[in-house]
Amino acid sequence: MIPHLRIEKRPVGRPLFGALAISASVLSALFVAGFLLLAAGVDPAAAYLEIFNEALGSTYGLSETLVKTTPLIITGLAVSLAFRMQIWNIGAEGQLYLGACGATWVALFSGLNAPLMLPAMFLAAFIAGGFWAAVAGALRARWQVNEVIVTLLMNYIAILLADFLVYGPWKNPDGFNFPLTAQFGAAARLSEYFNTRLHSGFFLALACALLFYLLMERTIWGFQVKAIGSNSAAARYAGMKTGTAIFLVLTLSGAIAGIAGFSEVAGLQHRLQHGLSPGYGYTAIIIAWLARRSALGVVIVAFLMAVLLVGGDSLQLSWQLPVAFAYAFQGLILFFLLASDFFINYRLRRVTGGDHA
Amino acid sequence: MLEVLLDATVRAGTPILFATLGAILNERAGIINLGIEGLMLIGALSGFAATFSTGSLLIGVGAAFAAAFLCGSIHALICVQLRGNQIVSGLALTLFGIGITALFGRGMVGQTIDGFERHAIPLLSQLPLVGKPFFEQDGLIYFSFVLVALIWGFLYVTRWGLNLRTIGENPAAADACGIAVNAYRFMAVACGSGIVGIGGAYLSLAFTPMWIENMSAGRGWIAVALVIFAGWSSVRALFGAYLFGGVTAMQLRFQAMGTTVSVHILQMLPYIFTIVVLIISTLRLQQGASQQPGNLGLPYDREDRK
Repeated sequence: MIPHLRIEKRPVGRPLFGALAISASVLSALFVAGFLLLAAGVDPAAAYLEIFNEALGSTYGLSETLVKTTPLIITGLAVSLAFRMQIWNIGAEGQLYLGACGATWVALFSGLNAPLMLPAMFLAAFIAGGFWAAVAGALRARWQVNEVIVTLLMNYIAILLADFLVYGPWKNPDGFNFPLTAQFGAAARLSEYFNTRLHSGFFLALACALLFYLLMERTIWGFQVKAIGSNSAAARYAGMKTGTAIFLVLTLSGAIAGIAGFSEVAGLQHRLQHGLSPGYGYTAIIIAWLARRSALGVVIVAFLMAVLLVGGDSLQLSWQLPVAFAYAFQGLILFFLLASDFFINYRLRRVTGGDHA
Repeated sequence: MLEVLLDATVRAGTPILFATLGAILNERAGIINLGIEGLMLIGALSGFAATFSTGSLLIGVGAAFAAAFLCGSIHALICVQLRGNQIVSGLALTLFGIGITALFGRGMVGQTIDGFERHAIPLLSQLPLVGKPFFEQDGLIYFSFVLVALIWGFLYVTRWGLNLRTIGENPAAADACGIAVNAYRFMAVACGSGIVGIGGAYLSLAFTPMWIENMSAGRGWIAVALVIFAGWSSVRALFGAYLFGGVTAMQLRFQAMGTTVSVHILQMLPYIFTIVVLIISTLRLQQGASQQPGNLGLPYDREDRK
């Protein structure tokens, strides 16, 4: 009888392992990424120390990290909302761009004044982002068209649309032909704090997280969304309108991502420009998956990802590392997390040969 | 004029064709691979780097296949052996591919190589209209024709292909027949990924013989949508890929003619077109023309058999 390993399902999953698995995945990803950096001729220890120092070691660094945390929380929540229903919104990036376009349109052309301007920009961003996702939502709810592909392809269209606007009709006539719009007036800007770039969009993001928690855990609608997500056939049998819910959830998800666009143009850039987002909407997918769809988790993971992004920006300056390297790191974290899921749900047991029960 | 447009169509469609063929192999085994975009970049960079350092285009294509095969194996391991979520794993592969090629591609930016050259096939290239666009092309394009036939033959003539299709349709039944489900799935994902890598190499060795960061520009995602349009058939993938090549070629033609329409609006066309085609093919699927593998996207666990 030859002893060998057999894969067995654990009778109960071990939810407590979840946080441990995330930490282990991040550490393993840091380890593997270290070898990649080494291969690219960068000293990983020095690089990691620099990331830590740049992002957390000074008031300015910390404020920059919070600035980047802001859009990540909002888009992370947007993706999480759809995840709750087993719907994939891979289009937060495009919805963010649409939100930014909507807010910019109001800021530049509405002629509104101080008390009304910011709420109107917010509303325009909310509607624009929601509309962008509603296209995918309608197609999915009505005809079962794959929402992953539609939301993703619409990212490319949204970015081209923003480019069209800043290179064409909305280009600042006094901007020396750079692809950006005119600067917003004071009425269209969020307040800033401590002489840094930290703006009230950060508190808007935290408020969104609280609202998300209340909506999901304390309302009937949130319960329905989760019910449809865990078993759509049972939910339909219980009388829930799954098609309508899918449409609403994707639309709301896009609208939330649109808020991130509002916060970026009103709080940070004060104009629409080419390359507005360095891929926040894609990082949001990782955040939602790592956070296991909880609002508090999204806030924490968004902060961690922002540390990486701020540190990555500084590595770009000192080591000429491309910004996109952060993506490789995020991909590695996901790989390890998926692998660790296996060991949470299954165990390997030594059995003696012949035992095939 | 029409001949020039057709020629541009074939050249723009070929990278998407390779990517679609690779994706079809994945999905025939029941595994969704959303890492196509990243795999194309991995193929493009490793193909370019290998050709740059050895001077051999053949080694470049081989390196592209091998690198994409290896990276695709990560997806295979997670989806097949570890039963992980296929959508998340695929997205992770795309992010990984974008990031790692940006990192290792730094030294290749701005370098040049001698890309694939055109070789006319005697007689066939003399045909009116279709002769030049299809038979006065480079070696990789001829290889893509062969590959379409090979994959069709593999899926529908060989026993291995039958086994693979059975696994995609119903892995429990295949398992009961004694087919090694996990081994087939792993190889289909890894080899399919390798073929996607050749599509990337076409970009950096023939289409625009250089390395540009993120040069696949969404072609991988278009390929994912095309699989549905092609009904999981390699022959229909050929038509699908050229359809998209055609839209790209027209758009480039408009740009060259200097229309007043914005470049950015023109560049949206292939993506909008993909969404429209996706809608139409999804509707067709629902009318019973379905070739979709029955267990697409589901992990197989022997313990869960009903």
